[in-house]
Amino acid sequence: MSASQSEAHDDVVLRAEQVGKVYPGTTALQGVDFAARRGAVNVLLGENGAGKSTLMKILAGVEQPSSGRLFLDGQEVRFASINDAAAQGIGIIFQELNLCPNLSVAENIFLGHPALRFGIDIDTNRHALAARALMRRLEHAIDPDTLVGDLRIAQQQIVEIAKALARDVRVLIMDEPTSALSAAEVEILFRVIAELKASGVAVVYISHRLEELVRIGDTVSVLRDGRLQASAEMRDVDIPWMIAQMVGTLADQSDGPATRSGGAPLLSIADVSLANPHGGFLVDHVSLDVAAGEVVGLYGLLGAGRSELFEVLIGAQPDATGTVLLDGIDLTSLPIASRLRAGIALVPEDRQRDGLVQSLSVAANLTLASLWQFLRGLAIDKTRERNAVARAIGNLFIKVSSPDVEVTALSGGNQQKVVIGRALLTRPKLLLLDEPGRGIDVGAKAEVFRTMRALAREGLGVMFATSDLKEVLAVADRIVVMAGGRIAGDFPRAEATETRLVAAANQGTAISVGHLA
Amino acid sequence: MSGGAGMAIAAPVRSRRTSPLLLLLSLRTLIALFAVFAFFSLTAPNFLAVETLVLLAKHVSINAFLAIGMTFVIVTGGIDLSVGSIVGLSGMVAGGLIDRGLPLPMFHVTLFPDVAVVIVAALAVGLLVGLVNGLLVTRLDVAPFIATLGTLYVARGAALLVSGGETFPNLVGRPQFHNTGFPVLGAGTVLGVPVSVIALIVVSLVAAYFAGRTPFGRRVYAVGGNERAALLSGVPVDRVKLIVYMISGACAAFAGLVVASELVASHPASGETFELNAIAATVLGGTSLAGGRGTIWGTIVGAFVIGILGDGLVMLGVSSFWQMVIKGTVIIAAVVLDQMQRRMQRRMAILAQTG
Repeated sequence: MSASQSEAHDDVVLRAEQVGKVYPGTTALQGVDFAARRGAVNVLLGENGAGKSTLMKILAGVEQPSSGRLFLDGQEVRFASINDAAAQGIGIIFQELNLCPNLSVAENIFLGHPALRFGIDIDTNRHALAARALMRRLEHAIDPDTLVGDLRIAQQQIVEIAKALARDVRVLIMDEPTSALSAAEVEILFRVIAELKASGVAVVYISHRLEELVRIGDTVSVLRDGRLQASAEMRDVDIPWMIAQMVGTLADQSDGPATRSGGAPLLSIADVSLANPHGGFLVDHVSLDVAAGEVVGLYGLLGAGRSELFEVLIGAQPDATGTVLLDGIDLTSLPIASRLRAGIALVPEDRQRDGLVQSLSVAANLTLASLWQFLRGLAIDKTRERNAVARAIGNLFIKVSSPDVEVTALSGGNQQKVVIGRALLTRPKLLLLDEPGRGIDVGAKAEVFRTMRALAREGLGVMFATSDLKEVLAVADRIVVMAGGRIAGDFPRAEATETRLVAAANQGTAISVGHLA
Repeated sequence: MSGGAGMAIAAPVRSRRTSPLLLLLSLRTLIALFAVFAFFSLTAPNFLAVETLVLLAKHVSINAFLAIGMTFVIVTGGIDLSVGSIVGLSGMVAGGLIDRGLPLPMFHVTLFPDVAVVIVAALAVGLLVGLVNGLLVTRLDVAPFIATLGTLYVARGAALLVSGGETFPNLVGRPQFHNTGFPVLGAGTVLGVPVSVIALIVVSLVAAYFAGRTPFGRRVYAVGGNERAALLSGVPVDRVKLIVYMISGACAAFAGLVVASELVASHPASGETFELNAIAATVLGGTSLAGGRGTIWGTIVGAFVIGILGDGLVMLGVSSFWQMVIKGTVIIAAVVLDQMQRRMQRRMAILAQTG
């Protein structure tokens, strides 16, 4: 590689040049430049689906780029695997914890690089000592012999961090490391990060919590829709700048208050709870009404219980308690199929895991939940099914060459529309959407939100969960905030401000809070 | 492989701008069928004689019955290892009812049911084993491999227990008991076509109809493709699984009846390792063991490839040891080609997007 570039930034350890990544159905990353400087916290910022995780995975060797090059200390490198990258000093802490619950803390920490005696025998004593030292450094009294499965999530996060520190890292990538940590634990983490910085490690830090980033970040790079939107020194920018770069302009989708309801609520739930198998509640005695023609935004941080509440409503959580009334009909003990026919439909958060049947065509995916409508005798009436599919594709502007194409060939946004189309074909009265804007491009996002508004105008009740402030403020008529499984706030659109929503969403689980509105 | 057969199929569809190699790959089972057929037509004397082909169809039909049921199970992402034992058990139940009847000691009589009743009883036994498989998999969360491995032993043991390990010979029934006619299933013909082959055509058509045209079929594919997505779309996942194991059990029981009828005797060991042939036919026909993909027609073609290969090699006088080596190689080749096709399709999807 050219020497001039490496001399210009000789504090750059790891550099990505024009990297791109294409998956079937989506272009996740396109022509992105990124540099990680030693002794600095290099912040990577972007909305869900902006390509942060993909870039991070490429930097850590989890994925190989479809285009572009990586440079380590000015030398072009190719990481064949995460182990390959780790051997060259690149560590990564994933947001979804990558730990084996059946192994001990020490075993997890040294999983990929066990200390050996005579080259074969695992040196458990050395492991235990090193693990204990790491725990001291992280200021946590976790016994190295504890099984990881017996730890709380926050403790598991600490183990994950220890796992990365156990190798001599030169670049440490942290993906939302604070999402499961309490305020005190975050302080400890920040001290560790400062220490790493001082010892010359390049930290790549990904988080949604902007206040955090301003505190610890040195440089910031903003991704949007798979491209590098902007990069700057943290001291030169502020939170509004970051928001503007990250979000762009999301037009206000609301079309005036749509609270034309006056009669009985469409959905009425009372005292709905879902116990957490590890103690406590995932959904904690929630009571809520939703009117026909209303778009309700369900805002909250990760783990606030939004997805779980939706799963209870659709009937996917048989252990839930409390009553669910839809249009006066008691759905409480009905199976999912009956609830769908009663008029409640769910667009799940994780399209790939819960939404799409990847091996089926677009058409079969669309009609899967509403096959009962196309029955003629025993068989599916292909003509009627075809017509319904064509209508759904037309109404939702799904871009597809033929309805018989496998659904995985579509882009993320169009896949999302297929899942929404499937829900709409059941002719629901209440549509639940969990993070409908996640992982799809801005254009598709706007279309999805427009569709939600249009459906509400037609008299549907629409309820959507999101952790995106801009999104909830732009689309919802009413915003319900969840925190720790409870309703922590209920604001009409006019009274909702970013500050009030964030304050409500950050209420601790221990504090009991009534309605703020 | 015989290029001529391949080109003939490839040519008309090539205009769709897919890669010709991909097209060849996607038609591989059919091409393999033509290839083995052409090969033995040229090399094995009398291969094209009507009697040979009729015999071949009869051989294939038994494996095809099993493979059709197996296809439903595998498409949901499961597996059914118990089918071979069900073949033995259903034959023994039928043989016992015909030869020895159903003794009712409390009334000091022995009932000799009609052949129709015998057939229904044997099918019911298959359904029952399938029901047990399904309940183990859905209610008790036993992995399908283990659940059906267990019933493989139980059903085989039960088949041996029916007669104490002996064979029921000469299943012709006795006119005075009005239970004659059982051999028709295996030896009878209608207009020169064996009854078992007609049964294969009927069962295939019904199975293909249910797989391709009914909500049940759609749900089978959805469960195998993404169980959670299917569940959230209102598919009664457990019921679908229960039914596919029962279908598989019934298909196996029917195959057992055909075997017993052809031999005019039922032997408790009959059907051993048939489950492996059925899985091979299913996989050869393009059904993915991961679930979600596969067709009844593919499976039928797969069964014919295995059947022709088996009979043809026998006619050529190839030793049975070599037959096994060749059969194994063909199965592995089929799966390798399947993976190649997947990879190519994936690459094409990416190209279509960037290009």
